[in-house]
Amino acid sequence: MLNYLWSFMILAGLLFGAVCGNLGEVTQGLIESAQDAVALGITMLGMMTFWCGIMEIGKQAGLLEWFTQKMNPLLNFLFPDLKPDHPARAPIAVNIVANVLGLGMASTPAGLLAMQELDEKRDGRATNAMCTFLVLNISSLQLIPVSMIAYRSQYASPDPGAVIGPALLATSCSTLTAVIFCKIMQKISGR
Amino acid sequence: MLVWISQMILPLTVGYIVGFAVLARRPVFEDFLGGAKDGMKMTAEILPTLVGLMIAVGVPRRSGFLDAIAGQLQGIAGILHIPRELIPLTLVRLVSNSAGTGLLLDLFETFGPDSRIGMAGSVLMSSTETVFYCISVYFGAVKIRKTGWMLPGALVATLAGIIASLWVTR
Repeated sequence: MLNYLWSFMILAGLLFGAVCGNLGEVTQGLIESAQDAVALGITMLGMMTFWCGIMEIGKQAGLLEWFTQKMNPLLNFLFPDLKPDHPARAPIAVNIVANVLGLGMASTPAGLLAMQELDEKRDGRATNAMCTFLVLNISSLQLIPVSMIAYRSQYASPDPGAVIGPALLATSCSTLTAVIFCKIMQKISGR
Repeated sequence: MLVWISQMILPLTVGYIVGFAVLARRPVFEDFLGGAKDGMKMTAEILPTLVGLMIAVGVPRRSGFLDAIAGQLQGIAGILHIPRELIPLTLVRLVSNSAGTGLLLDLFETFGPDSRIGMAGSVLMSSTETVFYCISVYFGAVKIRKTGWMLPGALVATLAGIIASLWVTR
């Protein structure tokens, strides 16, 4: 699936650039994108290293286990396939809470850890739990759009926080849709 | 107030974890280094994915292909009574967070953050995610080929977010 999508985006871009005669611009874009990716990677490297370190402290001190247990009812509902002692539970719990609180930089490391733990068979197939986890992440769980409020006050909005209510409503809609969709698919595709 | 609380969450969380571990008499810094090493390895592993992804987003953007699609969609937007200025934002939001933010700030500049367009854009950015980025980073990390029902799920959730943000700010 990703193979097709990726090739399509590259080829469509190149073809369109060739037809419109701005392939020079496209080449420039290609080089800059690669550079941007490395720059983003360096930013991520710092945050990933930091958060994985902090999570390890929490794990060794027993905090992570305590926290995961508090999240168990939610985890059991969303991921019925996961055994009670599955190692992916803790990073999933951290990822969800970090997302809800808007700690984007903390949610990605936990999310990647969770994916690795969920990928037990390593056969390149996405399991129900993996699909559920990713769809939930994509549905946007953040409660308070902090950076958006900052941008709005930067542009002299009389009421920067006016976005909170509507955003909460819209996010609930997308998350609810995601949960319903995942539950249906879990039933249909079995174990 | 809400903003202040959400700004306090991160430092408090870090402080609580480190403080708790110190009181539990853990070798805190050694624990940190153990986890940090894993985090570093993981980032190095997803860097190729990141480069491939950003190129796949950069090429169609620079060639004008994305703009052309947005232009086509604007016709449909007119029929549905959606402000046509929001179409490029909606599209770019799916592939790049920074480019989406750039477009939104342009809209703030032109129409003001509290106009219908400014509000809808704010809510849209807050209730959707960078779909393409999430998929490639998360599934790239474990080399998933068969994505199962993930893609339809991601699209349905995102579409629900888009429709809801247009509806609540109508």
